[in-house]
Amino acid sequence: MTIEAGGKTYETDEEGYLVNLSDWNDELANEMAKADGAVLDENHWEVINFLREYYEEYQIAPAVRVLTKAVGKKLGKDKGTSKYLYELFPYGPAKQACKYAGLPKPTGCV
Amino acid sequence: MATKKFLYVNRTAPHGSIYAQESLEVVLIAAAFEQDVSLAFIDDGVYQLMQNQDTSGIGSKNFSPTYKALGDYDVSKIYVEQESLELRGLGKDDLMPLTYEDEDDDWAEKDSIHVVSSKELAEIIDQQDVILNF
Repeated sequence: MTIEAGGKTYETDEEGYLVNLSDWNDELANEMAKADGAVLDENHWEVINFLREYYEEYQIAPAVRVLTKAVGKKLGKDKGTSKYLYELFPYGPAKQACKYAGLPKPTGCV
Repeated sequence: MATKKFLYVNRTAPHGSIYAQESLEVVLIAAAFEQDVSLAFIDDGVYQLMQNQDTSGIGSKNFSPTYKALGDYDVSKIYVEQESLELRGLGKDDLMPLTYEDEDDDWAEKDSIHVVSSKELAEIIDQQDVILNF
């Protein structure tokens, strides 16, 4: 599968996750969201950028329980709840946010 | 879901085979399912926790930073066999510092790595429900 953004074509796997981490850019994230019928606002970006940093540091996409805890610590307790994250990413915060962040599907999502 | 005591025994050097990386992957899956997970590092497995690993020369992913995420997954029992370290001229200072935050102690940061003797490790192995070798 492929996805187009800004006149360029990028390779994705069969579930829409980006194949090459280094291909990622803001425009691509917006296109991925559009394909799911979503529009990214600053709250989405906060989580997406957090995930990019987490991956940079630990080389993995965190499981949802870990993500929730870590977001609470970094972005504030009111945001570290599954309710908040599921409202932003109804297809599952770890899965959907990781996709827009250009990361592989989180370990533990089977 | 019933919780079982899982011990993952790591015996191989980190980058010459897929064992170390696969072990870490299943450890994270078991931890995501909130099982009681411990890790043991013996023989060449102790090299998996070495500081400052660099895989750029062999073209494989350096997954060693992922061990530092174990604390986030509530994996805080990491046992390293003392005899295996000594045989290789290594000490605890050669290993990455791995920590977790203790929920029952006001989130104090604590050391996850426990250097244990072969005899102590045998007792730990004896307490497990499931043991997986890598």
